[in-house]
Amino acid sequence: MKAIDCRNVSVILGGYEVLKGIDLEVEVGGWTTIVGPNGAGKSTLIRATGGIIEFSGNIRIIDKNVQDLRHRELAKFVAVVSQKPIIPMGMRVMDYVLLGRVSHLGFFEPEGENDIETALLALELLDASHLSDRFVGTLSGGEKQRVVVARALAQSSPVILLDEPTTALDMGHQQETLELINQLRIERNLTVLSTMHDLTLAGRYSEHLAMLVEGKIVAEGSAEEVLTEALVSSHYGARVKVIDDKDGPIVVPLPN
Amino acid sequence: MSTSTNENDCVVKPVSLNKSQLCLAVLAVLITAFAGLVFGPADLGMKEVIQELFNKLPLIDFDSGLSSRQQAILFEIRLPRVVLGLLVGSMLATAGGAYQGVFRNPLADPYLLGVAAGAGFGATLAIVSGIGDGLGFLDPVPLAAFAGALIAVALTYTVGSGRGRLDQVTSLVLAGVAVASFFTAVQTFIQQRESETIRQVYFFVLGQLRTAGWDEVTLLAPYTLICITVIFLTRRRLDALAVGDEEAGSLGLDVRRLRLITVIAASLGTAASVAVSGLIGFVGIIVPHTIRLIFGSSYRVIIPLTIFFGGAFLVVADLVARLILQPAEIPIGVVTAFLGAPFFVVVLRTAWKNS
Repeated sequence: MKAIDCRNVSVILGGYEVLKGIDLEVEVGGWTTIVGPNGAGKSTLIRATGGIIEFSGNIRIIDKNVQDLRHRELAKFVAVVSQKPIIPMGMRVMDYVLLGRVSHLGFFEPEGENDIETALLALELLDASHLSDRFVGTLSGGEKQRVVVARALAQSSPVILLDEPTTALDMGHQQETLELINQLRIERNLTVLSTMHDLTLAGRYSEHLAMLVEGKIVAEGSAEEVLTEALVSSHYGARVKVIDDKDGPIVVPLPN
Repeated sequence: MSTSTNENDCVVKPVSLNKSQLCLAVLAVLITAFAGLVFGPADLGMKEVIQELFNKLPLIDFDSGLSSRQQAILFEIRLPRVVLGLLVGSMLATAGGAYQGVFRNPLADPYLLGVAAGAGFGATLAIVSGIGDGLGFLDPVPLAAFAGALIAVALTYTVGSGRGRLDQVTSLVLAGVAVASFFTAVQTFIQQRESETIRQVYFFVLGQLRTAGWDEVTLLAPYTLICITVIFLTRRRLDALAVGDEEAGSLGLDVRRLRLITVIAASLGTAASVAVSGLIGFVGIIVPHTIRLIFGSSYRVIIPLTIFFGGAFLVVADLVARLILQPAEIPIGVVTAFLGAPFFVVVLRTAWKNS
């Protein structure tokens, strides 16, 4: 069964066609990463899939048409971690993670025991329980990232969209975050669609890659199929060497 | 799940108003209201006022020693005025707090979407046309002000909430600026042509808690209670707007609906307050901001405290307005700014030091 099914998706922003007829499928429990140079439309694809921006074509999440769903229903199916989440400085971590429960509550309804337990569990899974009483604005980059992912997990949706989840993190935290997402994906049968700049990391963690260039998918498949020297150098305008490793290809930039 | 995080209550609960904050707020209202009853041009005495108030309770009968004239001053002049101050102050401050949340704009006040300009225009029209003098129950001036205020806000919302290039917040705020400027211009034009009514219009614009018995309170109370209740109920979702419209939407919040509900409640309540008491400025800005600086940024705390402290603040301002040049009165809008501005600077500086 498909968790995400995009058919002929196009997006026009400010008169410019950013996505041009995208077809993309992600199976339930799968992890697909969209790679591609700056300005290719990666974040736009995430935002369209999350129902945040308007698009033409058809996107189905767990067999539900995204355009037919109201905010609250859509948020029960899909959680979005945006590239630069707005961090409300004076909000405590616990209250921030509880925002993930909004779609499960009526318009005027307070959070119940169940919502609090879900938020605590999300914090615990991300090893961030000790931060619950801190203000979000005072956290380090890595801590913030974990808390933002915890909020997405608290949403308890089967599909999670991650736009550059590791950009703000050092190598150790990048690894830790991606390992954790992968572990949660397997344990909870989550479906993940992400974007990533680091091609080697993208290849290591996702089962499927799609290379997006100027609003079109130019290559799709396993890391070995997409991360080739020919594709990367022609579409990124970069000189690279791809080393075959038993755990997947390693993309290394070459000096002139 | 491990239970270690459950040991400390404050860690596992969403932020909410605590008992000591609530007690402080109720105490502020009681003390200021009592001061509003005791002090004034006629000397009533604290003990006598307390005894008279207890006399109103069933099965209690004190002889307070107040003459029937003094009793009339207490129950027909001061008490309605204090209650009116509480209602207007609560409403303006709560509307201001709600607007600051829903527009994520620290400068938002209850008049943001043109309520003041619309009310000024309506009142001017009624005064100039000679159909009312601004006194009494069902006088056309407050009704015209009320209608003008609501027309202005409706116009702002219609113009500003289309799906265009700008986000809804910016577009509504800009539409509010345009609508307010337009109504102010028309009002000034009418005023200039009918200069003999300038003084009357000027008094309305400055604002005052003028009462004729309980009429104004009866008129205003239902609006205030309903509008404040609605805003109080939205307080939890106002916190979600802190992450921006887009993220709040992806969390499942219907941002446009929340904004519409809040704007309707805040504008309706403000329009009713303005119709009865004129344009009292500053309350809607400084009360919620002071509470935010002292008690934190969650609307779960700001809104309930603002309801109490807004009322208390206006009762104090009215007391100063009545006493300082007695028997003459200073317009209350002058006092709110005169008292509020320096107080706010102190709070702001203290907050800087503490952060």
